Amino acid sequence: MSPVSRGFHRRRQDPPEDAGRVPPGQYVTKDFPVLSAGPTPHTALDQWTFSIGRLGQQKTWSWTEFRALPAQDVTVDIHCVTKWSKLDTAWQGVSVDTLLDLAGHDGPFAMAHCDGGYTTNVPVADLTGGKAWVAYAYDGQPLAPEHGGPARLLVPHLYFWKSAKWVRSLELRDTNDPGFWENYGYHIYGDPWREQRYAGD
Amino acid sequence: MAGTALRGRLTWQVAKVSAVTVETASVRTLTLDVPHWPGHRAGQHLDIRLTDEDGYVAERSYSIASAPGEPVAITVERLDDGEVSPYLTDELRAGDDLELRGPIGGYFVWEPENGGPLLLLAGGSGIVPLRSILRHRERTGSAVPVRLLYSSRTLNDVIYRAELDQPASGVEVIHTLTRSQPPDWSGYARRVDAALLAEVAWTAAAMPLAYVCGPTSFVEAVSQALVQSGYPPQRVKTERFGATGGA
Repeated sequence: MSPVSRGFHRRRQDPPEDAGRVPPGQYVTKDFPVLSAGPTPHTALDQWTFSIGRLGQQKTWSWTEFRALPAQDVTVDIHCVTKWSKLDTAWQGVSVDTLLDLAGHDGPFAMAHCDGGYTTNVPVADLTGGKAWVAYAYDGQPLAPEHGGPARLLVPHLYFWKSAKWVRSLELRDTNDPGFWENYGYHIYGDPWREQRYAGD
Repeated sequence: MAGTALRGRLTWQVAKVSAVTVETASVRTLTLDVPHWPGHRAGQHLDIRLTDEDGYVAERSYSIASAPGEPVAITVERLDDGEVSPYLTDELRAGDDLELRGPIGGYFVWEPENGGPLLLLAGGSGIVPLRSILRHRERTGSAVPVRLLYSSRTLNDVIYRAELDQPASGVEVIHTLTRSQPPDWSGYARRVDAALLAEVAWTAAAMPLAYVCGPTSFVEAVSQALVQSGYPPQRVKTERFGATGGA
C-alpha cells in the first residue's frame, strides 16, 4: 500500500470511454513520443529485406515482395514502459501469422533483429493468433524513420519496446534469451496489464 | 551491445526530500535521502510514484542528476499542463516523503573505463544525466577530455549555470541560446545543426563517445549530423525527453 503523497491531487481525468483501456501506472498522451537508444538508421528500400525462421533456414523477402504480401489494417492501443499510452493508433502491415505460414512455423521463441543492432525477445505464441504485425504504415502514411520505418514490429499487447523499430528479421529459436533492454534489467516478457516493467516485476 | 547482469527486483521505497534547490524559474533539484539505495551509475534514471487520497496513482521517470556516491538527486522541469512535474517543483518541500524505485537503465551510462574523448550534447533539461556524467568524471579523477554543448532557450533557462561556469580541468562548456541572448552574449545563438557541430564537436578521427539528451527534434537532428560526420552509430548514445521526463 503506497503512502499518500502530501498535497498531491489528480489533475488528469481520462474520458469515460477510455476506462479500462489504460494499464496501471500509465497515462494517455495524444502525442507520439520517440524513444530509442541511438541514432535513427536510414536503410534504402532497395537494400531492405525481411527474414523469418531459424538461422540458416530463413525465408527472406525484398521490400517489393514484402509489400505485395497480404496486408491488414489494425487499430490498437499502445503502451510504452516510460509511462505513456496512446489509444486507437492505426497501422498497416503484414500479420506475423501470414509470415509464419509462408516460412514454416518452427520454434517457440523469436528474437527480433533490427538495423542499428537493437534486439528484443518475444514468445512466438505472442506473435501469432492475430496479435502481431510487421507494420510499414502509420495513420495512412509510410512509417516515419524515427518511429521505426521502413517497418517495425507491432506487438501492442506488450510494452512497446517489444515492438522493435527498424526490424529486419525474426529469428526463431528454442530458448527465451534476453534482447537489448531485457539485458539492461527490463522485464523478459513485458505485460503492461501486470505492470511488468523491470526484471522481477 | 554487451549485456550486463540482470539485477534483482526493483522494489518501491519511501525516500525523504532533504533539500529543494531552485535551478531556474521552472526547474528544481530535489535531493533525496533514500534509505536502501543500491547505488547507481552516471546516466541512469529512477521512477517516482505519487498517490492521492483516493488511491489514484501517477508514475513518471526522471534522470538522476547526482554522481554515483553522492546523495540521490533528480532535477525536474515544470510542465504547466503536467500532473506530476508541477507537484514536484511547486509543492514538494524538504522533509516530505517521495516514493521511488531504481536505478533504471544501463545503456545511456558512462564509466571512466569507457574512455573518450566525450562529447556531451544537451537540449534543455537533457542536461540532467550529462551533469551526472560530468560529476562522476570529476569525482573519479578521470582525465578524459570533455566537450559539452548545451542548447537552452535563454540564459535564464540554463540549468546548473553556476556549476557549468566553473568546469573541471579538461572540460569545455559551450552554450548556445536559441531564443534570446543577453546584449553582451559571446556564445552561440542558433540551433545545434551540422554546421555548429562541425565547429565544436570532436572530429570522428578522435574516436569520441557521444551522449545526446534532449527533446526528440534535438536528438534526431544532432545524432543524424554526428553519424553523417563519421561518428559510428554505436558511439552515439541517445536519450529523449518529452515522453518520460514529461508531464
